[in-house]
Amino acid sequence: MIDFTLRINRENYDVTAMTDTPLLFVLRNNLNLKGSKLGCGLEQCGACAVLVNGESTFSCAVAASSLVGKSIITIEGVSEGGTLSVIQKAFLTEIAAQCGYCTPGMIIATTALFNKNPNPKKQDILEALQKHLCRCGSHARILAAINNMQLDHPQND
Amino acid sequence: MTKNPSLLKNPEIDSWISFSRDGLINVRIGKVDIGQKISTAIERIVSEELDLDPKRIVMVMPDTILSPNEGMTSGSNSMEESGNAIRLAAATIRETLIEMASRKLNVSIASLEVTDGMISSRETDRTTNYWDLQEGRLFNKAINVEAKVKPGNHYGKSQELYSGADITNIVTGSYKFIQDVNLNPMLHARPVRPPNINSKLCQIDVEVEKHLKKNGITVIRNGSFLAVAGTDEYEVIKAADTIKKSAVWKQLRRFDPASIFEQLKNNKRISLKVVDGMPTEAPLAADTKINPNIKSTYSRPYVMHASIAPSSAVAKFEENELEIWTHSQGIYLLRASLAELFHMPDDKIKIYHRSNSGCYGHNGADDAAIDAALIAKAVPGIAILLKWTRQDEHAWEPYSSAMVMELSANIDKKNKISSWKHSTFSDTHVSRPKPGQKGLGAANLLASRFLDPPIIAKPIPPNKMKHGGIHRNLEPLYRFEHQLLIKNLVRNLPHRTSALRTLGAYANVFAIESFIDELAEEICVDAVELRLNYLSDQRAKACIKAVVKEIAHIDASQPNHGWGIGFAQYKNSKAYAAVAVHVMVNEAAEIKLLKAVIAADAGQIIDEKGVIAQLEGGFIQAASWTIYEEIMYDDENILSIDWESYPIIGFDNIPDFKTILISMPDEPFLGIGEAVCGPAAGAIGNAVFKATGLRVRQLPMTPSNLRSLALKT
Repeated sequence: MIDFTLRINRENYDVTAMTDTPLLFVLRNNLNLKGSKLGCGLEQCGACAVLVNGESTFSCAVAASSLVGKSIITIEGVSEGGTLSVIQKAFLTEIAAQCGYCTPGMIIATTALFNKNPNPKKQDILEALQKHLCRCGSHARILAAINNMQLDHPQND
Repeated sequence: MTKNPSLLKNPEIDSWISFSRDGLINVRIGKVDIGQKISTAIERIVSEELDLDPKRIVMVMPDTILSPNEGMTSGSNSMEESGNAIRLAAATIRETLIEMASRKLNVSIASLEVTDGMISSRETDRTTNYWDLQEGRLFNKAINVEAKVKPGNHYGKSQELYSGADITNIVTGSYKFIQDVNLNPMLHARPVRPPNINSKLCQIDVEVEKHLKKNGITVIRNGSFLAVAGTDEYEVIKAADTIKKSAVWKQLRRFDPASIFEQLKNNKRISLKVVDGMPTEAPLAADTKINPNIKSTYSRPYVMHASIAPSSAVAKFEENELEIWTHSQGIYLLRASLAELFHMPDDKIKIYHRSNSGCYGHNGADDAAIDAALIAKAVPGIAILLKWTRQDEHAWEPYSSAMVMELSANIDKKNKISSWKHSTFSDTHVSRPKPGQKGLGAANLLASRFLDPPIIAKPIPPNKMKHGGIHRNLEPLYRFEHQLLIKNLVRNLPHRTSALRTLGAYANVFAIESFIDELAEEICVDAVELRLNYLSDQRAKACIKAVVKEIAHIDASQPNHGWGIGFAQYKNSKAYAAVAVHVMVNEAAEIKLLKAVIAADAGQIIDEKGVIAQLEGGFIQAASWTIYEEIMYDDENILSIDWESYPIIGFDNIPDFKTILISMPDEPFLGIGEAVCGPAAGAIGNAVFKATGLRVRQLPMTPSNLRSLALKT
């Protein structure tokens, strides 16, 4: 066990964990941030995605201790000060979820994409989401939510 | 009189709805949310019938202490059972309270109006409300099955007012799934599975066990059932891995490497003639009127539920009482099965439902519950949160049976289809834990076979319910002069199988809808016209016409493009669904779904967005089974153990949807969750034929299957 400090959702957290404990278990069990989901533990489904320095990262297979000094944003930190982000609002309006288990990961992937590229083309969106699995078949509504958001909030080129 | 089993079993208002004193009402149903959001539709019905803001409605999660026992959440029955019961319960309450209000205010019933539970009359300035009238009392009154309900076309306000609490929690990550249950103190646990279902545990390394114990890990062993528990989840995962490597297993039997389709045709079986959707004991002697002159055989492999979240459960055993939190679809049946297994009285086992990710049928939920219960009994006094691994989920959930469908028909000299024969071969589609049926309760829970002594499930007798398992949608809605339908329940097949969305209907409808197109091709008539000619049901025809009208705008004439159609009425009694799909088959032999048109008639619709979500989601899931999915195994191991070895559909193959709901506000609710799956498979197969000339009769339609079919053709 080692002690270290992580910066999560704009706050510092002191953590005691094994050097190889994946971030996902630290978030869920040590810090009670349960919005990131365990789906496979194999980096194959995307339910556990968080932002690390703005990049979408699957937290089930990255050691928490390797992320000291980096900025981690989980689904709980996507809505700042209790206000839903534009992307969350778009998912909400379109009811772009059935069971909702994959949704936090989908929102993280979409957030990472728009942070980097405020005006993504359809192909960019598909690529950003391709690694994220949904078994309920909510894909069409997720794409519709993102599409509607782009129409509501057009970005300047 | 009512035929609704939920109402017959729970006839009292108080089982369903109660008023608390704080301006809220509690609504309990026995059907569980498994991702399909039945609670949203129920909330709306109560809101409409009682004229209440949905914010005043508290949907109580089902448990075995207070919730009405509604058996299993399955078969798209929830709207017809819970929905109907709640509607009548709410209407009875309204009648009762309005009458009380008229007496209290001394005004006529006709003068009263309700707005968000507040009752006023144009004959007086005085008002009252539901809570003042009821004063927290029980109703002690039976639901009036003749109660006057609000006409469907007056429903609407609840749609605007929908609270959306669940979806808000989902997008913020605060929706609580079973994995998120946090009891303190609590241990994490993982099962340690053998190489396959026919294994026996010989020994585990005592030194390894001692070492783990020193690190705070408890190893639980009961016969061949093996699990580990401890305070740190990641250490528990590693310990499971360590103990797995040190365990010695004996293989009692290997999987038969012969093709599953040969086994389905050649193994011992029970064959029953199906008449009007019901299996009968009628003799199967050759029917001289059938006389087929065209024949096709279709098949589909084993597929799995493949839930995104691994199965999970929480259990706690203390002072001879067992508490379980589970995502099971049948908490009362699970309780009775566990009571049987543990020789405990029913009331000493309390089961609470909690959501997991979508399950689409009988996945590992109940099996995880017994795993957690076994560990809790071995480590009493502390809560156990057990999760399966991804590999566990893929390798150990009950699968949906592989199936073979043999269809044949006679086309007479006038090009009329004069006879139709359909014989379907499959393992069971229903092996849920169900107590009291020749020991099928606990025996159908995975861990039971590993206990000492083992409890081995007996062969399940054929399901004789109307449109039950294998013979669900075996009977086409098309009407032919002569028809012969046979279900074959095949024995001694390699894998444990149970209910996956639609049971046998998906494969039966795929075969029927493919064969109808093949017959149209043979007779040289338009496939849509042929369907309309053999249908008499106007609602069925309306769905088909609606999709054809829409798809007619699409240009599918380019090379390797094509569109096809599929249709069915689920169980010949529930929602009607027609699907038209436009596909392109590329040079890599990949099927690309470009456009999907769905038209459905589900009677009166309560939650329009919910219905569209179920239809489009059902299409996407069925497209995934159809194009991608097949469980692979060798004589020893399941090889489909994660998302790479069992690929499912992704964002790169989602069509544009056009979904048309045919409004029938005066017709009863019809379940919608499964209606589209079979028609989707039929439509895709028919579209691929138009695009490539290849008639795919063996699922899935993977590039390698398409290529080998092209070589044979």
